[in-house]
Amino acid sequence: MIAGISIYEILTVTSILFFIGIYGFITRKNLISVLISIELILNASVVNFVVINKYLYPDMLQGVIFAIFIIAVAAAETALAVSIIINLYRQISSVEVKDTEIMKY
Amino acid sequence: MNISYTVLIPLIPLAVFLLLGLNSQKIKPAISGYIGVLGLSVSAALSFYTAYQYFLVDGKVDDVYQTFVNKSVWMNFTETLHIDIGILIDPISVMMLVVVSTVSLMVHIYSRGYMKGDEGYTRFFAYLSLFTFSMYGLVLATNLFQIYIFWELVGVSSFLLIGYYYTKPSAVSAAKKAFIVTRFADLGFLIGILIMGYYAGSYDFETLNNPEGSVILNGASTSFMGLSVITWALLLIFMGGAGKSAMFPLHIWLPDAMEGPTPVSALIHAATMVVAGVFLVARLFPMFYFVENGFALNIVAYVGAFSALFAAIIAITQTDIKRVLAFSTMSQLGYMMLALGVSGYDGHEGVGYMASMFHLFTHAMFKALLFLGAGSVIHAVHSNYLKDMGGLYKYMPITNITFLIAALAIAGVPPFAGFWSKDEILVAAFEHNKFIYYIGVFVAGLTAFYMFRIYFGIFWGKEKTYEHKPHESPLSMTIPLMVLALLSVVAGFIPFSEFITPDKVGFEAHLNYPLAAIATGVGLFGIFFAWIFYKNENSLSDTYAKAFGPFYKWASDKFYFDEIYLFITKKIIFNLISAPIAKFDKKYVDGTMEGIGNKTILISNKIKGIQSGKFQDYAFSFVMGAVIIALVFIYLWTN
Repeated sequence: MIAGISIYEILTVTSILFFIGIYGFITRKNLISVLISIELILNASVVNFVVINKYLYPDMLQGVIFAIFIIAVAAAETALAVSIIINLYRQISSVEVKDTEIMKY
Repeated sequence: MNISYTVLIPLIPLAVFLLLGLNSQKIKPAISGYIGVLGLSVSAALSFYTAYQYFLVDGKVDDVYQTFVNKSVWMNFTETLHIDIGILIDPISVMMLVVVSTVSLMVHIYSRGYMKGDEGYTRFFAYLSLFTFSMYGLVLATNLFQIYIFWELVGVSSFLLIGYYYTKPSAVSAAKKAFIVTRFADLGFLIGILIMGYYAGSYDFETLNNPEGSVILNGASTSFMGLSVITWALLLIFMGGAGKSAMFPLHIWLPDAMEGPTPVSALIHAATMVVAGVFLVARLFPMFYFVENGFALNIVAYVGAFSALFAAIIAITQTDIKRVLAFSTMSQLGYMMLALGVSGYDGHEGVGYMASMFHLFTHAMFKALLFLGAGSVIHAVHSNYLKDMGGLYKYMPITNITFLIAALAIAGVPPFAGFWSKDEILVAAFEHNKFIYYIGVFVAGLTAFYMFRIYFGIFWGKEKTYEHKPHESPLSMTIPLMVLALLSVVAGFIPFSEFITPDKVGFEAHLNYPLAAIATGVGLFGIFFAWIFYKNENSLSDTYAKAFGPFYKWASDKFYFDEIYLFITKKIIFNLISAPIAKFDKKYVDGTMEGIGNKTILISNKIKGIQSGKFQDYAFSFVMGAVIIALVFIYLWTN
């Protein structure tokens, strides 16, 4: 509970964060940037978990625990994504999104 | 009587077929011949053991031969209507087992010599095994559907073996012709089976053939176009039988089938497969006899008699020895059919049925012998034509003597096998239908004449110039000849009437001396004529051929039946029916289908850009979709 700040304000911030992430995911030209956008999306949801836990059920811990889980999974997923990007770089010497279009019709 | 082991009789040839057929490239020809002969010897031994057990040890209860059935349900339709697969042991199936095993074994042994050095040696033995398996399955079948399945299987193996020399166009077309003609006949058979299933409510031979059963007693209740449906079903089934047994007018495939290797002609187109039609009628004999006072049976008799006469006349004019034998086979099959047709049911009345089976048995032996003998001759002179043969008795003593025995047997000279069975047939015909009897006697004379025409033509007459000196065939070919010759001599002394009768109670058959004397006299007369005409080559035969003029030409061109069929199929069916249908099919049916396909391609070409390969496009669509769904739900909720 943070004095003077209501849950709506925080949720507004996280929503903005979430949609920035979505926007970045769709528009970025570089795979690394896309990955960073995904991190933004995940972090938005992590903050949501924590905030909802704190404001609605202050004597419980589930939300916090889940936040930790999501952080762990996000780390693993990032490692995986980076390794895929590295492999891709070895194959086509590029990490640009436009160079990964060979799977079209 | 325990019959469970009899299932091995068909299964062993099947195993041999699979073994040889799947490994035809790996197994050496010499070994494959041995495998084939060995497998069939085991089968044959089991068959003979079964025959011994059944006929002489424990087949009889109270003087009646019992029917043993071992089967399991395969497909269930209703409470009573189901298709079984199993084994049925009764006098005729056991007799057929003996016939098939004997001839098939002899042909297997013979083929080892005859086919030596041939490219597809292993394939040949594989096909022979497949055929033998199918034939065993056919004779052991417990119901109409099972017999139909194996019926088609023998058709297929016949097709494969006629077309064995598949690089020769004539063999290929002969194979197709045989298959198509018999398939056409089998269409009738199938419809007959379906009618039988619908109106009689059973496919089972035991149910159908029970003289006190509901099928026979109520058979005439539903009628269609003046005849009961059961009679129609029987006639349609007989159509299938007529196709397989080369009865007029479905006989046109048999002469052409001689394109196959000679052992095949001996096995399939003389001794076993072509008698399947006779066997089928015999199998359903109680139905044929009792339903509507034997109307269908009368048709069988007349078709048989006509075919016998028709084929015998053509046989006189043919110059290819295998074709003479083919028409002779057709003629003798007609004999068997007419014998069935004039048969009664109880006790001594059943002499026609017995005679038919007897003739089937003896005919299998001597006709196989004739074909194998002809094969031996062809092997030596490399020609099928009578004009290339003559004076061979010096070079081929064993073939000469065995061929003579077979010719005497088929001509009905005592004491050879054919005499006894033919005599019984003529007795039956004499007692029931005088008209058919006269045809039978006339055909007996013709048979003796054309058979000795080719005998004298091959072994006597003027010696021709041969490419290389003809020589006697190897032992592997002459041993089967000798065995079959022995059988052709002694088979007539088997008291068939003790074993095989329609009501399964044996009776004692007596030789009818006046009738036997007439038949023998006619036969000898035929031989005598052949002796005058052909013993030494002279112009007598040509003179007489000229005297008959157009009739001779007519007969030697097989009464133009091939041409009539060609006219009907090519000119009428193809041009007037098939061509418009093909046009309609191309234009409308295919047009619709192709239109649908073309439209799909057009549309998909337009929209395939959606799959751009850019994952961000997909993500965008996904997010937009999610947003739209969310908006829809919010809209629904708030209202």
